[in-house]
Amino acid sequence: MLNIIIELSKYLILILIALYTLESFTVFKYEDDYDKRYILRKQLLLIVFMDFTAFLVIFLKEEKLEIVYLFGALLLYLVVVQGLYRLCYKKASILLLNHMCMLLSIGFIMLARLSPDSAKRQFIIVAAATVIAMIVPILIKKMYFLKMWTWFYAAAGLGLLLVVLIFGANVNGAKININLGSFVFQPSEFVKIIFVFFVASRLYKKSAQFKDHVITTIVAAVHVLVLVLSRDLGSAVVFFITYVVMLYVATKKPVYLVAGLGSGALAAIVAYFLFSHVQQRVIAWKAPFSVYESSGYQIVQGLFAIGAGGWFGMGLCQGSPEMIPFVKQDYMFAAICEELGGLFAICMILICMSMFLLVVNISLRIKKRFYKLIALGLGTEYAFQVFLTIGGVSKFIPMTGITLPLVSYGGSSALSTIIMLAIIQGLYILREDEDEELEKQK
Amino acid sequence: MKSKNKNKKRKKAKRARNREYTIISYFFVVIFLSLIGYMVYFNVAKREAVISSPYNTRQNQMEERILRGSILSADGQVLARTETDEAGNETRVYPYGNMFAHVVGYDSHGKNGVEALANYSLMTSHSDYIDQVKNEILENKNPGDNVVTTLNTKLQERAYNALGGYNGAVVVMDPKTGAVLASVSKPDFNPNTLSADWDYLVSDSSNSSLLNRATQGAYPPGSIFKVVDALAYMRKNGTIDNFSYNCTGSITVDNHTIPCFGGEVHGSEDFTTAFAESCNTAFTQIGLDLGGSNLQKTAEDLLFNKKLPIPIDYTKSKFDLGSTPGNPLLMQTSIGQGNTLVSPMHMALITSAIANDGKLMQPYYIDRVETINGTKVKSTKPTVYKELMTASEAATLKNLMAEVVNRGTGTQLSGESYSAAGKTGSAEYYGADGSIKTHSWFIGFSNVEDPDLVVAVIAEGAGTGSSVAVPVAHEIFNAFYYG
Repeated sequence: MLNIIIELSKYLILILIALYTLESFTVFKYEDDYDKRYILRKQLLLIVFMDFTAFLVIFLKEEKLEIVYLFGALLLYLVVVQGLYRLCYKKASILLLNHMCMLLSIGFIMLARLSPDSAKRQFIIVAAATVIAMIVPILIKKMYFLKMWTWFYAAAGLGLLLVVLIFGANVNGAKININLGSFVFQPSEFVKIIFVFFVASRLYKKSAQFKDHVITTIVAAVHVLVLVLSRDLGSAVVFFITYVVMLYVATKKPVYLVAGLGSGALAAIVAYFLFSHVQQRVIAWKAPFSVYESSGYQIVQGLFAIGAGGWFGMGLCQGSPEMIPFVKQDYMFAAICEELGGLFAICMILICMSMFLLVVNISLRIKKRFYKLIALGLGTEYAFQVFLTIGGVSKFIPMTGITLPLVSYGGSSALSTIIMLAIIQGLYILREDEDEELEKQK
Repeated sequence: MKSKNKNKKRKKAKRARNREYTIISYFFVVIFLSLIGYMVYFNVAKREAVISSPYNTRQNQMEERILRGSILSADGQVLARTETDEAGNETRVYPYGNMFAHVVGYDSHGKNGVEALANYSLMTSHSDYIDQVKNEILENKNPGDNVVTTLNTKLQERAYNALGGYNGAVVVMDPKTGAVLASVSKPDFNPNTLSADWDYLVSDSSNSSLLNRATQGAYPPGSIFKVVDALAYMRKNGTIDNFSYNCTGSITVDNHTIPCFGGEVHGSEDFTTAFAESCNTAFTQIGLDLGGSNLQKTAEDLLFNKKLPIPIDYTKSKFDLGSTPGNPLLMQTSIGQGNTLVSPMHMALITSAIANDGKLMQPYYIDRVETINGTKVKSTKPTVYKELMTASEAATLKNLMAEVVNRGTGTQLSGESYSAAGKTGSAEYYGADGSIKTHSWFIGFSNVEDPDLVVAVIAEGAGTGSSVAVPVAHEIFNAFYYG
């Protein structure tokens, strides 16, 4: 009988996220603010229903009381964060907030199912991060001098990356983490934000010359190089793409886009011939079954999970995502496909896309070039990271080992993404203020 | 009018200002949509193949909800089924016992053979959806799908009995499709009593009864390797017509002597006669003339040292002339001794390619998967794996092998209502007691014009190819044509 409930629940969960996704795209149709707010409230309700259904199933299957506590905590979080934003930041983008809540919810559902202890740990970090991030929009508004700190950003970012390269903990040949007591800290997640500030502060001036761009490019390239040397290939690619996109939009010169992407492709080929660990990843991507015993094991297990799920998934607690090594950190997407299904996963991809388009739209409407570039840079980082991780797990592209923002288990990633979103909210609020000022002047 | 123009201009200017944003947005939308496209493609086109992989053990978690399906022979006999007693205990039953032990495999102590190959299908139910829901409510298990193999019980039984008390293996295939019709390996074991016998079977390294010799056996090929020599010769010289050799009973180069089998002297001979009579001295000379690299190239074209398209566990075949190839090792290698090792299945694949105009079909054991009610879930379509040789090379080899039966070492197969072709082999090796012994080999096919069956037979330590292996092949052909 329980199996029937689980069977039905997976269709219900799919319908809820499908409705949510649909409304993410149709909400723009409504001119009227009241209609918009109604849709956005409805979205929140859909999230809560989805969480309730999922946690109910996990509880019935696992019969652990801590699942109930986790659900209570998640519900409280949703109410508080939504309430606080509505109270303190009336002008914030509620759709962006909803997307954050949705993706966090998906992450918590899977974590509660995979390892309630990890879910608890993650919850504490997310809650703390959200509280810290609440002050970010105010800081953005007050700290108009942020654009002057160019070389501080470069020094701080490069410094942190070098610390990882030299003192980082070696995990499977890659140096990504710093161990501080019982905390594992992943600096590149934070340098991602600092890097965007550095690039924006170099590029926002219209008076910038070709010579300035050369210097900026060199500093950006050093960031990427240090990441490559730490074997943090995923972050290296994200930094690289973000820089090219920001440079292109700031200078409006398509030649930079073409040259940037071309040199990136060239660098990838050189890296392939230079580094055996890059070759290994390419082999594991092209023919994972041929290296099943070694470097192909994880990706094959991931494919088995995605395959087992099919369109509709096995249902929560019905699959075996724990067979995938590092499923919580790297292979959350495969676990989602296995238990909640390919269609659910497609909805999630669409929500991530909506998130990116929303950020681009915010950037487009900001007047100040510095803030404009920051919003665009952060959005690009987010979008490309999603592409790398989902593409890698599904074997669409070679695996780079990077987290799925807000969904994967990992404190640094959650903290940095939540701060990123708070910065974007801050910029959005600034723009709304600008609009109001314009209205008044008229 | 003016304001309209102004409006237009402003719009145009705005569009120009936003061009970069539009391009970046489109770029990322394309990237996200390609991810979704790939997910759809994976689920539509690749999913089945991925999850059917024998590496996939996820379905084992379904044991509480699925009753493992049956394995059936091509002629509808049950080769393996799960029986449930009144207390709900399940037993995997193998009605044919030892006969299909290796190829059907087992499902306890790890998985093997078809049990491993088809594990996903056996543990997946495609039965009627309403029945499935009913079973879920009643907390009954759903029946897993049945797997219909390509194996034929009559051919398997005759091959099994014909090999008699010898250790060794027999493989029977359809060269036109790649279907494996029979696969025997001895010594064998009884899969019904596997748990009780397990400790003994694992510790008994002198017999290695669990080893599927058909695909995992590694034997010196002996004279059946002359098929490889012949192909290499053709590829170097374009034809076999200009060959002549005078056999004096032995050949000595660099103080290494290779005699013809049984001290025979074949005298003056052309290529066809040398092949039909399996003249060692002629083929030693051919090997020396070809040189190691030519021989190695042809052997690797025929998948020595390479992965084989065999879907169950197998051992790669080995061709190795060492780092400093001297003439003695090359001479030995030319007559199928030396370091060369091959499995019976691999020889069956080479023979299949010869019988099928040079094209090797992808070998397969599973013809189709059905639901418990016999509705087809999926079936295997024969596909070409690789063209191992040209059609004209295959035709020449076919003729050579036909002459072996007409007037050479395989004449026992002549005089039947069907025609046959093949090559015998007597591969020498050192027995456990240190004495020189001989494996009896035969590879061949029936109905030469339009081949029906390919067989590969090895009987360990049984003597010459014509003494044991040829009669086994004879039995199999008779079973197929006369019943």
